[in-house]
Amino acid sequence: MKLSTTILAAAALAAGPALAGEVAPADLKFDEYGSVSESLTGVPGDPENGANVLKNKSIGNCIACHQVTALNDAPFHGEIGPSLDGVGDRWGEAELRGLLTNAKMTFPGTIMPAYYKVEGFVRPGNAYTGKAPDGPLTPLLTAQQIEDVVAFLLTQKEE
Amino acid sequence: MKFKALTAIAALIVAPGLAMADPDDDTMIINGEVEMITKTAVPEHMSDTAVSELMSGWHFRSDETQALQMDDFDNPGMIFVDEGMAQWETVEGTEGNSCASCHEDPSSMKGVRAVYPKWNEDAGEVRTLAMQINACRTENMGAEPYKYTGGEMANMEALIALQSRGMPINVAIDGPVADVWEQGKELYYTRTGQLELSCANCHEDNYGNMIRADHLSQGQINGFPTYRLKNAKLNTVHARFKGCVRDTRAETFKPGGPEFTALELYVASRGNGLSVEGPSVRN
Ligand code: HEC
Ligand code: HEC
Ligand code: HEC
Repeated sequence: MKLSTTILAAAALAAGPALAGEVAPADLKFDEYGSVSESLTGVPGDPENGANVLKNKSIGNCIACHQVTALNDAPFHGEIGPSLDGVGDRWGEAELRGLLTNAKMTFPGTIMPAYYKVEGFVRPGNAYTGKAPDGPLTPLLTAQQIEDVVAFLLTQKEE
Repeated sequence: MKFKALTAIAALIVAPGLAMADPDDDTMIINGEVEMITKTAVPEHMSDTAVSELMSGWHFRSDETQALQMDDFDNPGMIFVDEGMAQWETVEGTEGNSCASCHEDPSSMKGVRAVYPKWNEDAGEVRTLAMQINACRTENMGAEPYKYTGGEMANMEALIALQSRGMPINVAIDGPVADVWEQGKELYYTRTGQLELSCANCHEDNYGNMIRADHLSQGQINGFPTYRLKNAKLNTVHARFKGCVRDTRAETFKPGGPEFTALELYVASRGNGLSVEGPSVRN
């Protein structure tokens, strides 16, 4: 009894099933260019938290592939994708939300993972265990984390 | 000429970030004696890929790590070759045999590592070197098989690989192995897991690039078994495959199973022409 409630609570914390009022992964509406205009939560994003998502190895780990000067306090920025410096000048909010939820809608075939998607994978596993999942998958980021990252990216303007 | 000048300019422009990340041009000479082929032309079957030159994973490692592999006294993998030698001479199983009973000196294994995985006519299957070692243990010795990715297997593989040091990898991809090879190729390009990444996404499209703190190589297996500084032991091919598949947030395949065997054949063939390096040193 006690065990299962703990597990449930942990799952919800990590990236649980969409909370009431949140847009679920299956209900995302992409326009023809891959943008998502509607906020996933209705709650404004927190750029500081977004920065943490980009840096943290066990959350977004975006800097595994992207260099971001504003995040130079975190070591080792990768070079698989373009630098995100000035990204707020290149893309608007809806475009960035689309890029994060499923970048393949904007760049077909891109190596960048889809951060708000739970179906349509080949041999999905249970996180990084290498084992089969023991239930429905949760998205890589929560709806609010997506909004937080979008908010951070919009602050990235080149003077 | 023209091409050279252009690359020189390009190098100047992008120098700061890339200089560090580019695979280097060092030459590997082991014990000041054996010159290894660590770069070579891509085999015919890869002419439609993004790879312009085959490169050993050694080129992507730091000078310090590279140096460890160039002197047998410094190479921590060589200790395990000694252990493999002890295993070679140990009688085990119901038949009263050791490997030496039939194969005499390990030098009889010269050239073997370079052509595996290969077709076994009697068994009617593609065999990895590990499968063949275990077949000899169970059928010719009446002994228990080694754990597929275990320490004893890695030791024996290191001993056998060493006999082919410097010889070019030359696995066959046609004839009876053609179907398995195709299956391996398919696996190599399949994007798995919740991160939807294929081997090719990292090791073909992005070798030479940094992914966080890791310098991506071509994911070659000519250096196996590899001594990794990270876990301070010898690592087998399928254990490495397992780690890479797991890192795509996928359910992995079973070491020694048909999928990884097919993948090993295919990946080995992507290294045709590179020297056998095992036991190599990686981070
Ligand atoms: C596995 C590597 C990888 C990871 C991890 C990754 N990206 Fe990307 N990203 C790319 C690549 C490659 C592109 C370029 C699109 C293309 O051509 O494929 C890209 C493009 C982008 C773009 C558009 C950039 C521009 O200026 O055009 C943004 C914004 C972006 N990524 C944000 C993120 C964020 C935020 C994360 C983490 C939540 C992330 N990426 C994680 C590889 C990655
Ligand atoms: C009773 C005799 C016998 C024993 C004991 C034996 N083998 Fe074999 N081994 C064979 C025969 C027979 C073959 C197949 C014919 C050949 O390649 O000479 C073979 C083939 C091999 C091959 C493949 C060689 C090639 O050219 O493809 C390897 C590798 C091998 N053995 C390793 C071992 C190891 C390691 C041991 C000890 C753990 C061992 N064998 C014990 C008889 C034996
Ligand atoms: C997310 C990127 C990524 C993917 C996808 C990936 N790998 Fe790797 N792989 C790495 C990294 C990082 C290393 C360590 C640095 C290096 O040698 O590239 C590595 C190392 C290896 C090595 C060791 C190379 C050596 O020189 O010892 C092999 C072999 C390998 N990978 C095979 C594979 C195979 C086969 C697949 C597909 C099943 C695969 N990898 C998928 C990132 C990846």
